[in-house]
Amino acid sequence: MAGHFKQKSKAKQDIPTASLPDIIFMLLIFFMVTTVLRETTVQVRTILPKAEALTKIDQKRLVTYLWIGPKKLPDNAIGETGVQIDDALVEDLSSVRSIMYRKLVEQPKLIVSLRVDGTSEMGILMDVQQELREAGTLRVNFSTKRDVVL
Amino acid sequence: MPVIKKKERVEPFIPTASMADIAFLLLIFFLVTTTIDVDTGIGMVLPPKLEEDVIPPPIKERNVLKILVNEQGQVLLEDLPSAVGLVRDQVKKHVLNNGVDPRYAEATDKALVSIKTARETPYDAYIQVLDEVWMAYFEMWDSEARQLGYANYRDYVAVVGQDNPIREKIKAAISIAEPDAA
Repeated sequence: MAGHFKQKSKAKQDIPTASLPDIIFMLLIFFMVTTVLRETTVQVRTILPKAEALTKIDQKRLVTYLWIGPKKLPDNAIGETGVQIDDALVEDLSSVRSIMYRKLVEQPKLIVSLRVDGTSEMGILMDVQQELREAGTLRVNFSTKRDVVL
Repeated sequence: MPVIKKKERVEPFIPTASMADIAFLLLIFFLVTTTIDVDTGIGMVLPPKLEEDVIPPPIKERNVLKILVNEQGQVLLEDLPSAVGLVRDQVKKHVLNNGVDPRYAEATDKALVSIKTARETPYDAYIQVLDEVWMAYFEMWDSEARQLGYANYRDYVAVVGQDNPIREKIKAAISIAEPDAA
């Protein structure tokens, strides 16, 4: 028996590491492909409310975001409520209509994800909703975080 | 001349041991920056723009469950002050009434829920009420699915699909009121 074991121990013990970089590169490429770097800086504060009745949006390419919340000012201060689409604040609410209409022409199944700060007032959201109706972008999603219910 | 000869003897060799480290570094960067979590939220479909000469179809008063949320986030349910937590039960009673109680809807497919808010209502309060109404529908769908022998509505959807008889029977008819009607 002892001799048998000795024979086995003569076998080469090191694991070939030559393919290690290849494995790592495979993983790397996977994450590179799936990564979406945040392309916009949000200029308004949006602390999303929590809810239970959630639906998921699986198709990210259908989604366009619209932020409503108090504007971020230097020194962590917050200003009056602003509306942001893509990477710019919308000064005149009536321009929401034309922006959204143009997006709808490009993507007929457009979903507008409304990321609204919890402290914002409904008035501005109502105005935005009316603009969305004018544009014909009727599918909206009130973005909320998952409320953990035990 | 002997110097050159010495150089030639050196084998050209690139160390590949650190290759894995470099790849790891990149990998960790992308691992950290990747967001795989999907967006969650409450999906709604806004009513289409009203044509000017078209009068909306008349709706019987009793088929509409009116919910009002005021500036302080207080809830008025059918003209009675109520708590947010009671909305869910009231919606279920309203939708599943089938003409029994004269205060609630005539039939399930005619039942409507209308949520109205003031312009100064905080968004938080609105989402809380909207969530309760949606949860009422989710729970009704769940119990329907259970009667058909599924564990819950999600399992049922996985088999039957999004357009299914349960959704046909209990439509989530939530009206987000017109602002000028307020």
